[in-house]
Amino acid sequence: MSLLPFFMWCENSAIGDAIRSSGWLFPVIEAVHLLGLAVIGGAVLVVDLRLFGFEFPRQPVAQLARDAQRWLLGSLAVMIATGALMFTSEAIKCYYHPAFWMKMTCLFLAIVFTFTVKRKVVMADEARIGPLRNKLVALVSIALWSGVGIGGRWIGFS
Amino acid sequence: MSLIGFCEWLANTSWSIGLHESRWGYSILESVHVLSLCLFLGLAVMMDLRLLGVSIRRAAVSEVMEQLMPWIIAGFVLMVISGALLFTAIPVRTYQSIFFRTKMLMLVAAGLNVWVFHSTVYRKVAEWDLHPIPPKRARVAAGLSLALWAGIVVSGRMIAYNWFDCDKPQRAIIIRIEGCRATDLQ
Repeated sequence: MSLLPFFMWCENSAIGDAIRSSGWLFPVIEAVHLLGLAVIGGAVLVVDLRLFGFEFPRQPVAQLARDAQRWLLGSLAVMIATGALMFTSEAIKCYYHPAFWMKMTCLFLAIVFTFTVKRKVVMADEARIGPLRNKLVALVSIALWSGVGIGGRWIGFS
Repeated sequence: MSLIGFCEWLANTSWSIGLHESRWGYSILESVHVLSLCLFLGLAVMMDLRLLGVSIRRAAVSEVMEQLMPWIIAGFVLMVISGALLFTAIPVRTYQSIFFRTKMLMLVAAGLNVWVFHSTVYRKVAEWDLHPIPPKRARVAAGLSLALWAGIVVSGRMIAYNWFDCDKPQRAIIIRIEGCRATDLQ
Protein backbone atom coordinates (compact mmCIF):
# COMPACT_ATOMS: atom_id res chain seq x y z
CA MET A 1 0.00 0.00 0.00
CA SER A 2 1.56 3.23 -1.10
CA LEU A 3 1.12 6.39 0.85
CA LEU A 4 2.30 8.43 -2.10
CA PRO A 5 -1.20 9.29 -3.37
CA PHE A 6 -2.10 10.62 0.09
CA PHE A 7 1.06 12.71 0.22
CA MET A 8 0.37 14.07 -3.25
CA TRP A 9 -3.14 14.96 -2.21
CA CYS A 10 -1.75 16.87 0.78
CA GLU A 11 0.80 18.65 -1.39
CA ASN A 12 -1.83 19.71 -3.88
CA SER A 13 -4.31 20.83 -1.26
CA ALA A 14 -5.48 24.43 -1.13
CA ILE A 15 -3.68 24.93 2.18
CA GLY A 16 -0.42 23.53 0.84
CA ASP A 17 -0.74 25.74 -2.17
CA ALA A 18 -1.48 28.84 -0.11
CA ILE A 19 1.53 28.29 2.15
CA ARG A 20 3.84 27.67 -0.79
CA SER A 21 2.79 30.74 -2.71
CA SER A 22 2.95 33.04 0.27
CA GLY A 23 6.36 34.42 1.08
CA TRP A 24 5.72 34.82 4.78
CA LEU A 25 3.22 32.12 5.84
CA PHE A 26 5.75 29.33 6.18
CA PRO A 27 8.19 31.42 8.27
CA VAL A 28 5.39 32.52 10.59
CA ILE A 29 4.06 28.98 11.04
CA GLU A 30 7.60 27.76 11.61
CA ALA A 31 8.19 30.48 14.22
CA VAL A 32 5.11 29.31 16.14
CA HIS A 33 6.43 25.75 15.81
CA LEU A 34 9.67 26.93 17.47
CA LEU A 35 7.83 28.61 20.33
CA GLY A 36 5.86 25.40 20.88
CA LEU A 37 9.18 23.57 20.88
CA ALA A 38 10.39 25.63 23.84
CA VAL A 39 7.25 24.90 25.86
CA ILE A 40 7.20 21.18 25.14
CA GLY A 41 10.91 21.05 25.95
CA GLY A 42 10.25 22.53 29.36
CA ALA A 43 7.21 20.38 30.07
CA VAL A 44 9.07 17.17 29.20
CA LEU A 45 12.39 18.10 30.81
CA VAL A 46 11.00 19.28 34.14
CA VAL A 47 9.60 15.77 34.71
CA ASP A 48 12.53 13.87 33.17
CA LEU A 49 15.12 15.80 35.20
CA ARG A 50 13.10 15.02 38.31
CA LEU A 51 13.00 11.32 37.37
CA PHE A 52 16.78 11.42 37.02
CA GLY A 53 16.94 12.83 40.51
CA PHE A 54 18.62 15.99 39.29
CA GLU A 55 16.11 18.48 40.63
CA PHE A 56 13.14 19.07 42.93
CA PRO A 57 14.07 16.34 45.38
CA ARG A 58 11.36 17.54 47.72
CA GLN A 59 8.53 17.64 45.21
CA PRO A 60 6.61 14.46 44.42
CA VAL A 61 7.14 13.65 40.76
CA ALA A 62 3.43 12.93 40.28
CA GLN A 63 2.54 16.49 41.25
CA LEU A 64 5.20 17.99 38.97
CA ALA A 65 3.91 15.87 36.12
CA ARG A 66 0.35 16.94 36.81
CA ASP A 67 1.41 20.57 36.77
CA ALA A 68 3.30 20.15 33.52
CA GLN A 69 0.58 18.07 31.87
CA ARG A 70 -1.53 20.88 30.45
CA TRP A 71 1.55 22.55 29.00
CA LEU A 72 2.69 19.26 27.49
CA LEU A 73 -0.69 18.67 25.88
CA GLY A 74 -1.12 22.26 24.76
CA SER A 75 2.32 22.55 23.21
CA LEU A 76 1.99 19.12 21.60
CA ALA A 77 -1.26 20.27 19.97
CA VAL A 78 0.48 23.42 18.68
CA MET A 79 3.43 21.41 17.37
CA ILE A 80 1.20 18.92 15.56
CA ALA A 81 -1.01 21.66 14.08
CA THR A 82 1.90 23.81 12.85
CA GLY A 83 3.80 20.72 11.76
CA ALA A 84 0.85 19.47 9.72
CA LEU A 85 0.51 22.86 8.04
CA MET A 86 4.18 22.98 7.11
CA PHE A 87 3.90 19.38 5.93
CA THR A 88 1.17 20.20 3.42
CA SER A 89 3.45 22.74 1.77
CA GLU A 90 6.19 20.17 1.12
CA ALA A 91 4.58 16.76 1.47
CA ILE A 92 6.40 15.15 -1.47
CA LYS A 93 9.79 16.25 -0.18
CA CYS A 94 8.86 14.69 3.18
CA TYR A 95 7.73 11.47 1.52
CA TYR A 96 11.16 10.92 0.01
CA HIS A 97 13.16 12.18 3.00
CA PRO A 98 14.40 9.58 5.50
CA ALA A 99 14.46 12.25 8.21
CA PHE A 100 10.71 12.73 7.94
CA TRP A 101 10.04 9.05 8.57
CA MET A 102 12.53 8.98 11.43
CA LYS A 103 10.80 11.97 12.97
CA MET A 104 7.31 10.52 12.62
CA THR A 105 8.43 7.19 14.06
CA CYS A 106 10.05 8.90 17.04
CA LEU A 107 7.01 11.13 17.49
CA PHE A 108 4.64 8.18 17.52
CA LEU A 109 6.84 6.26 19.94
CA ALA A 110 7.40 9.32 22.14
CA ILE A 111 3.68 10.00 22.45
CA VAL A 112 2.82 6.36 23.15
CA PHE A 113 5.67 6.03 25.65
CA THR A 114 4.86 9.29 27.44
CA PHE A 115 1.20 8.47 27.92
CA THR A 116 1.64 4.82 28.88
CA VAL A 117 4.88 3.66 30.49
CA LYS A 118 6.09 7.07 31.65
CA ARG A 119 2.69 8.05 32.98
CA LYS A 120 2.41 4.82 34.91
CA VAL A 121 5.84 5.21 36.46
CA VAL A 122 5.33 8.88 37.29
CA MET A 123 1.90 8.50 38.86
CA ALA A 124 2.84 5.39 40.84
CA ASP A 125 3.75 5.49 44.46
CA GLU A 126 7.36 6.63 44.53
CA ALA A 127 8.33 4.06 47.10
CA ARG A 128 7.44 1.31 44.67
CA ILE A 129 9.43 2.49 41.66
CA GLY A 130 13.16 2.19 42.14
CA PRO A 131 15.46 5.04 41.13
CA LEU A 132 17.00 2.94 38.36
CA ARG A 133 13.67 2.44 36.64
CA ASN A 134 12.89 6.13 36.97
CA LYS A 135 16.18 7.01 35.30
CA LEU A 136 15.61 4.52 32.51
CA VAL A 137 12.18 5.98 31.81
CA ALA A 138 13.65 9.49 31.75
CA LEU A 139 16.42 8.36 29.41
CA VAL A 140 14.01 6.76 26.95
CA SER A 141 11.77 9.82 27.09
CA ILE A 142 14.64 12.22 26.34
CA ALA A 143 16.01 9.94 23.62
CA LEU A 144 12.66 9.68 21.82
CA TRP A 145 11.80 13.38 22.03
CA SER A 146 15.35 14.26 20.94
CA GLY A 147 14.84 12.01 17.95
CA VAL A 148 11.80 14.07 17.02
CA GLY A 149 13.76 17.30 17.30
CA ILE A 150 16.82 16.04 15.46
CA GLY A 151 14.70 14.51 12.70
CA GLY A 152 12.88 17.79 12.36
CA ARG A 153 16.11 19.73 12.00
CA TRP A 154 17.42 17.23 9.47
CA ILE A 155 14.35 17.72 7.27
CA GLY A 156 15.18 21.39 7.17
CA PHE A 157 18.63 20.81 5.74
CA SER A 158 17.68 19.59 2.31
CA MET B 1 38.70 49.18 13.69
CA SER B 2 34.95 49.52 13.29
CA LEU B 3 32.56 46.72 14.16
CA ILE B 4 31.75 46.13 10.50
CA GLY B 5 35.47 46.15 9.78
CA PHE B 6 35.95 43.45 12.39
CA CYS B 7 33.15 41.42 10.79
CA GLU B 8 34.79 41.77 7.38
CA TRP B 9 38.08 40.58 8.82
CA LEU B 10 36.32 37.65 10.53
CA ALA B 11 34.53 36.71 7.31
CA ASN B 12 37.87 36.28 5.57
CA THR B 13 39.41 33.96 8.14
CA SER B 14 39.78 30.31 7.18
CA TRP B 15 37.72 29.44 10.26
CA SER B 16 34.75 31.40 9.02
CA ILE B 17 35.00 30.20 5.44
CA GLY B 18 35.48 26.61 6.57
CA LEU B 19 32.44 26.71 8.85
CA HIS B 20 30.30 28.52 6.31
CA GLU B 21 31.06 26.01 3.56
CA SER B 22 31.18 22.90 5.73
CA ARG B 23 28.95 20.03 4.81
CA TRP B 24 27.86 19.10 8.31
CA GLY B 25 29.50 21.58 10.68
CA TYR B 26 27.13 24.49 10.23
CA SER B 27 24.03 22.27 10.26
CA ILE B 28 25.12 20.52 13.44
CA LEU B 29 25.92 23.83 15.10
CA GLU B 30 22.54 25.24 14.14
CA SER B 31 20.85 22.12 15.50
CA VAL B 32 22.69 22.47 18.81
CA HIS B 33 21.49 26.06 19.00
CA VAL B 34 17.87 25.18 18.27
CA LEU B 35 17.72 22.10 20.47
CA SER B 36 19.49 23.77 23.42
CA LEU B 37 16.53 26.10 23.31
CA CYS B 38 14.45 23.25 24.71
CA LEU B 39 16.71 23.06 27.74
CA PHE B 40 17.29 26.77 28.26
CA LEU B 41 14.00 28.34 27.27
CA GLY B 42 11.87 25.31 28.14
CA LEU B 43 12.94 25.45 31.77
CA ALA B 44 12.94 29.26 31.83
CA VAL B 45 9.32 29.10 30.67
CA MET B 46 8.45 26.67 33.47
CA MET B 47 10.07 29.04 35.95
CA ASP B 48 8.24 32.05 34.52
CA LEU B 49 5.00 30.08 34.75
CA ARG B 50 5.63 29.62 38.47
CA LEU B 51 6.29 33.35 38.79
CA LEU B 52 3.03 34.01 36.99
CA GLY B 53 1.28 31.77 39.49
CA VAL B 54 0.10 29.49 36.74
CA SER B 55 2.05 26.27 37.32
CA ILE B 56 3.91 24.26 40.00
CA ARG B 57 2.07 26.36 42.56
CA ARG B 58 2.63 24.04 45.47
CA ALA B 59 6.37 24.61 45.42
CA ALA B 60 7.97 27.70 46.93
CA VAL B 61 9.13 30.20 44.33
CA SER B 62 12.63 30.16 45.74
CA GLU B 63 12.72 26.39 45.47
CA VAL B 64 11.67 26.46 41.82
CA MET B 65 14.25 29.18 41.15
CA GLU B 66 17.03 27.31 42.93
CA GLN B 67 16.25 23.95 41.31
CA LEU B 68 15.84 25.16 37.74
CA MET B 69 18.48 27.90 37.60
CA PRO B 70 21.57 25.67 37.22
CA TRP B 71 19.99 23.97 34.20
CA ILE B 72 18.76 27.23 32.75
CA ILE B 73 22.25 28.69 33.05
CA ALA B 74 23.82 25.59 31.48
CA GLY B 75 21.35 25.87 28.60
CA PHE B 76 22.07 29.57 28.25
CA VAL B 77 25.81 28.93 28.02
CA LEU B 78 25.15 26.41 25.22
CA MET B 79 22.96 28.95 23.42
CA VAL B 80 25.56 31.72 23.68
CA ILE B 81 28.46 29.56 22.55
CA SER B 82 26.56 28.01 19.63
CA GLY B 83 25.12 31.40 18.77
CA ALA B 84 28.52 33.08 18.76
CA LEU B 85 29.95 30.32 16.58
CA LEU B 86 27.04 30.65 14.17
CA PHE B 87 27.81 34.35 13.97
CA THR B 88 31.42 33.66 13.06
CA ALA B 89 30.27 31.63 10.04
CA ILE B 90 28.47 34.55 8.35
CA PRO B 91 29.59 37.65 10.25
CA VAL B 92 28.85 40.54 7.90
CA ARG B 93 25.36 39.53 6.80
CA THR B 94 24.37 38.56 10.34
CA TYR B 95 25.77 41.75 11.84
CA GLN B 96 23.79 43.84 9.36
CA SER B 97 20.57 41.85 9.62
CA ILE B 98 17.69 43.82 11.10
CA PHE B 99 16.47 40.59 12.68
CA PHE B 100 19.83 40.02 14.34
CA ARG B 101 19.93 43.57 15.65
CA THR B 102 16.40 43.30 17.00
CA LYS B 103 17.27 39.97 18.60
CA MET B 104 20.33 41.44 20.32
CA LEU B 105 18.37 44.43 21.62
CA MET B 106 15.72 42.13 23.03
CA LEU B 107 18.40 39.95 24.62
CA VAL B 108 19.75 43.02 26.42
CA ALA B 109 16.21 43.93 27.48
CA ALA B 110 15.64 40.38 28.76
CA GLY B 111 18.86 40.60 30.76
CA LEU B 112 17.84 43.95 32.22
CA ASN B 113 14.46 42.51 33.16
CA VAL B 114 16.14 39.67 35.05
CA TRP B 115 18.51 42.07 36.80
CA VAL B 116 15.77 44.48 37.85
CA PHE B 117 13.61 41.61 39.08
CA HIS B 118 16.41 40.15 41.19
CA SER B 119 17.43 43.53 42.63
CA THR B 120 13.95 44.58 43.59
CA VAL B 121 10.90 42.38 44.06
CA TYR B 122 12.83 39.11 44.42
CA ARG B 123 14.82 40.52 47.32
CA LYS B 124 11.70 40.21 49.43
CA VAL B 125 10.77 36.74 48.18
CA ALA B 126 10.54 35.36 51.72
CA GLU B 127 7.33 37.36 52.12
CA TRP B 128 5.58 35.74 49.16
CA ASP B 129 7.57 32.58 48.60
CA LEU B 130 4.75 30.22 49.35
CA HIS B 131 1.97 32.21 47.71
CA PRO B 132 0.54 30.29 44.78
CA ILE B 133 0.19 33.63 43.00
CA PRO B 134 3.17 35.97 43.44
CA PRO B 135 2.84 39.78 43.71
CA LYS B 136 2.05 41.84 40.64
CA ARG B 137 5.61 43.04 39.99
CA ALA B 138 6.86 39.46 39.89
CA ARG B 139 4.11 38.53 37.47
CA VAL B 140 4.90 41.52 35.27
CA ALA B 141 8.57 40.53 35.17
CA ALA B 142 7.59 36.96 34.23
CA GLY B 143 5.18 38.13 31.54
CA LEU B 144 7.78 40.48 30.12
CA SER B 145 10.32 37.70 30.16
CA LEU B 146 8.04 35.38 28.20
CA ALA B 147 7.19 38.10 25.67
CA LEU B 148 10.84 39.05 25.16
CA TRP B 149 11.99 35.47 24.74
CA ALA B 150 9.22 34.81 22.25
CA GLY B 151 10.45 37.83 20.30
CA ILE B 152 14.03 36.65 20.55
CA VAL B 153 13.16 33.20 19.18
CA VAL B 154 11.08 34.58 16.31
CA SER B 155 13.57 37.24 15.25
CA GLY B 156 16.36 34.70 15.54
CA ARG B 157 14.55 32.38 13.14
CA MET B 158 13.98 35.21 10.69
CA ILE B 159 17.71 35.97 10.40
CA ALA B 160 17.88 33.18 7.82
CA TYR B 161 15.45 34.96 5.50
CA ASN B 162 16.96 37.38 3.02
CA TRP B 163 14.04 39.80 2.65
CA PHE B 164 15.99 42.71 4.10
CA ASP B 165 19.51 41.78 3.03
CA CYS B 166 21.84 44.61 2.05
CA ASP B 167 22.68 42.99 -1.27
CA LYS B 168 19.14 43.68 -2.47
CA PRO B 169 17.63 47.14 -2.99
CA GLN B 170 15.99 48.22 0.26
CA ARG B 171 14.00 51.13 1.63
CA ALA B 172 16.04 53.97 3.12
CA ILE B 173 14.90 53.15 6.64
CA ILE B 174 16.15 49.56 6.32
CA ILE B 175 19.47 50.77 4.91
CA ARG B 176 19.82 53.10 7.87
CA ILE B 177 18.90 50.46 10.50
CA GLU B 178 21.18 47.84 8.97
CA GLY B 179 24.07 50.14 8.12
CA CYS B 180 24.06 48.93 4.51
CA ARG B 181 26.93 50.31 2.44
CA ALA B 182 26.97 51.09 -1.26
CA THR B 183 29.48 48.28 -1.71
CA ASP B 184 26.99 45.75 -0.26
CA LEU B 185 24.71 46.25 -3.22
CA GLN B 186 26.81 44.46 -5.84
